[in-house]
Amino acid sequence: MYLYPKWLRLWHVLNAVLFIILIITGLSMQYTDKGNASYMVGFAKAIKWHNFSALILTINFVIFVTGNLLTKNGKYYKISRQNFLNELLAQLKYYSWGMFKGEKHPFPVTEERKFNPLQKLTYVLAMYIAVPLLIISGVGLLFPEITVVKFFGVSGLILTDILHITMGFFLSIFMLVHIYTCTLGSKPTSLFWGIISGYHVSDDH
Amino acid sequence: MKIFRFLIVVFPFLTCNTLASYAGVFGFNKVAQDTSTFASPFQEENERCFKCHGQSKYEYTNETLGRLVKQLMYSEIIIKREAFYKSNHKNFSCTDCHSAEYAKFPHAGELRMEQKLICIDCHGGDEKFAQYHFEEIDAEYKNSTHFKMENEGFSCWKCHDPHKYKISVRNSDNLKETIAYDNSICLHCHSNFDNFQLLTDKEEINIIQKHEWLPNQASHFKNVRCIECHTKINDSINVSHLILPKEQAVRLCNECHSQNSILMASLYKFESKAQRRDGFFNGIILNESYVIGANRNKYLNILSLILFVSVIGVIGIHIVFRIRKSKKTIKAD
Repeated sequence: MYLYPKWLRLWHVLNAVLFIILIITGLSMQYTDKGNASYMVGFAKAIKWHNFSALILTINFVIFVTGNLLTKNGKYYKISRQNFLNELLAQLKYYSWGMFKGEKHPFPVTEERKFNPLQKLTYVLAMYIAVPLLIISGVGLLFPEITVVKFFGVSGLILTDILHITMGFFLSIFMLVHIYTCTLGSKPTSLFWGIISGYHVSDDH
Repeated sequence: MKIFRFLIVVFPFLTCNTLASYAGVFGFNKVAQDTSTFASPFQEENERCFKCHGQSKYEYTNETLGRLVKQLMYSEIIIKREAFYKSNHKNFSCTDCHSAEYAKFPHAGELRMEQKLICIDCHGGDEKFAQYHFEEIDAEYKNSTHFKMENEGFSCWKCHDPHKYKISVRNSDNLKETIAYDNSICLHCHSNFDNFQLLTDKEEINIIQKHEWLPNQASHFKNVRCIECHTKINDSINVSHLILPKEQAVRLCNECHSQNSILMASLYKFESKAQRRDGFFNGIILNESYVIGANRNKYLNILSLILFVSVIGVIGIHIVFRIRKSKKTIKAD
């Protein structure tokens, strides 16, 4: 079934490439030392690429939110309060136990339900909380003169930086888990082909 | 809706400029001010000089003409009382360094030729100043790029005007003010062509253009001194005086933006003796500023490593179970 429209696939591939550049350059800015400068991205180059990629990511994020507001894609992220916790536990149980026992997927993919409850929760946390906080704190670090000097006696820049690297870390972990869970289709590669072609071929994930 | 409400609350707290001024209201940005008034034992004696040299206008009675004459004082020989009595040499009488003959007016013409003292003349070979290693400072200066211009008139005084210079970095409780003060010493010549051309025939330098390669240039200029990059660090003296030729200046970001940041041996040398126990590497920098790459936190590093390894571990275990399941399925088929 056709689940991933062209704009969403283009957004997704751009987001993925930018995430990889931002993770590599972000780690380089935080951890490049005089001794390891040769095998990590140099600080000056890392700053340039990080700033440029972050700008594109911000524009891409606006496209994502606008696309979700204007198309039916937005409805897939809506979390219903009723029974959500139980549904989440059922999905977790399936991933940690049921799938090895040959149980059926509790929330097979349909045109009405693209994401299972666990996907919904993580995507909403990642795209609607972590990414905006990452962008806001990134703007604060890019323009240190607009960042509050002290906040209850602690440097505003440190708090902004800690928020930025924490969100960056969680999104890196999200990306790692996201890539792994995408191998849980009918074949390990089928979900990857789905986001390339637009057609979902498995209801196992 | 809750998410958006949360963002609306958090965003201004992090990036709103107006809160910076609130920080001042709450006393977070205290600027130390010297409210004490210094009384020099030579105040009366010095006033004989300040009467004319203390401002831009002076007057005297021309006995030949038989009237009072008002004239402008040359700007380079105006000594501001306020600056002098705040300087390191505030305890001095003018005639400690200048000829007592200056007490007479008009001053004798040959006094212009008097040999001017330099730092080492008073501070060298004196036990009282031994801890400051003036001999080593003098040796560094003689190896520095500034010394090449000594025949053109360069001397200690070009940077350390004895009439107003005050030690700032090791006594300051406002590092930003110290940085601005120290940088103004360099800019006195390097951004003022009138002063610059006195010592060299080189073309005028545009500091902003020359440092265009430096990311966040304005932030760097406000938060570090020129000498952080333009001198060679020497641990045995307080402030390095070995000004390097421009080709040897620090250009690698990692010299400062790293765990073993050179800033700890220069700008933060005096503060680095104080300790912080919150796990930040080079944490003392955080009292004044924040340096990406130099201010990592060891607890966050450990925590993130544990989380990362745990996630990899869970994925690994999941893969093992999937392989076992697929083997069982193949066998069953």
